Amino acid sequence: MTALPATWRHPEFARGARDMTGISLGIGAWGLVTGIAMVKAGLGLWLSLAMSLFVFAGSAQLASLPLIAQGAPLWVIWATAFCVNLRFVIFSAGWRPYLAPLSRWHRMWVMYFMADLNYVAFMKRFPTPGPMDEQLPYLWGGVAVNWTAWQGMSILGIALADVIPTQWGLGFAGSLALLGIVGTLLVDRGTWIAAAVAACAAFAAFALPFHLNIVVAIAAAIAIGVLIDHVWPQAPVRAAAGSDAT
Amino acid sequence: MHPWLALLAIVGLAAITVVTRGFFIIPEREIPIPDWLREALRYAPLAALVAVLLPEVAMTGDHLLDTWRDARIYATATGLVVLRTTRNLLGTILAGTAVLLALRLSLGW
Repeated sequence: MTALPATWRHPEFARGARDMTGISLGIGAWGLVTGIAMVKAGLGLWLSLAMSLFVFAGSAQLASLPLIAQGAPLWVIWATAFCVNLRFVIFSAGWRPYLAPLSRWHRMWVMYFMADLNYVAFMKRFPTPGPMDEQLPYLWGGVAVNWTAWQGMSILGIALADVIPTQWGLGFAGSLALLGIVGTLLVDRGTWIAAAVAACAAFAAFALPFHLNIVVAIAAAIAIGVLIDHVWPQAPVRAAAGSDAT
Repeated sequence: MHPWLALLAIVGLAAITVVTRGFFIIPEREIPIPDWLREALRYAPLAALVAVLLPEVAMTGDHLLDTWRDARIYATATGLVVLRTTRNLLGTILAGTAVLLALRLSLGW
């Protein structure tokens, strides 16, 4: 592992940080909303801090909050978060050619910090797969800005939420944030139909215990989505979505 | 949820962050992603989010909203309009929250 000062004195560290600064306002706002939502879901100060600092994954945190608040079983909470995080599974395959020379623990340590926007910025900076000395300083520069903006604003949100009355309903900002993500995922006919099927299935199965309706909705949406892809292919859009994921 | 159980949930969620972000870089040898998995992965996150969101934005208890006097309807609608016209996530959150606060604080919806 390279020594720390060598990493942050490297010119690529500054470049990685700079590439992240433009979007740090959005990252910070997202963190603020998540911070408020955690406290308003009833987690309290310490658990909210722990969640922010350890979990470090906004959409998974927001999605698991209503389930934690309603006392859903742990495995349903975890399964939901896992599904929300599946995009990272795809991204990780894209990271592999760059990080292959590092040891396993070093790779996992780096990857823990790699949020969506780190991936986007990195792939723009280093479009050709393969390791280069500039990559790690660039990555850590981006992480320095992203992590600080996110955690700083998340902790501010946790502190603010203690002051803001619950009946204002500010926790709903978290739901609006998730709504925004859903909007960005609706890119073609397949995803729209899958989303509609998921909503209907989640509602129809709502009476099931343990929030199993979420599991039913995921299974139904995957089944219908894959079926549509095969029976009723939509070549150009599918190609675009495919390249988006790699 | 009991605080210790919530802490356990959080520890598990942290582990999920590590495992999902690192998934294909954890093994020493490269594993190709099967096509069926790549297809399924397109729909699973969307479905999980929709299923979690539904009761938050469109239900009270175990049934669909049955009154127009609920600030969430207008906050969600505003968010959708902003999202549709600007594709801006931050604007979506801000506009929706503004509508929610206005209705809650002025009309008590």
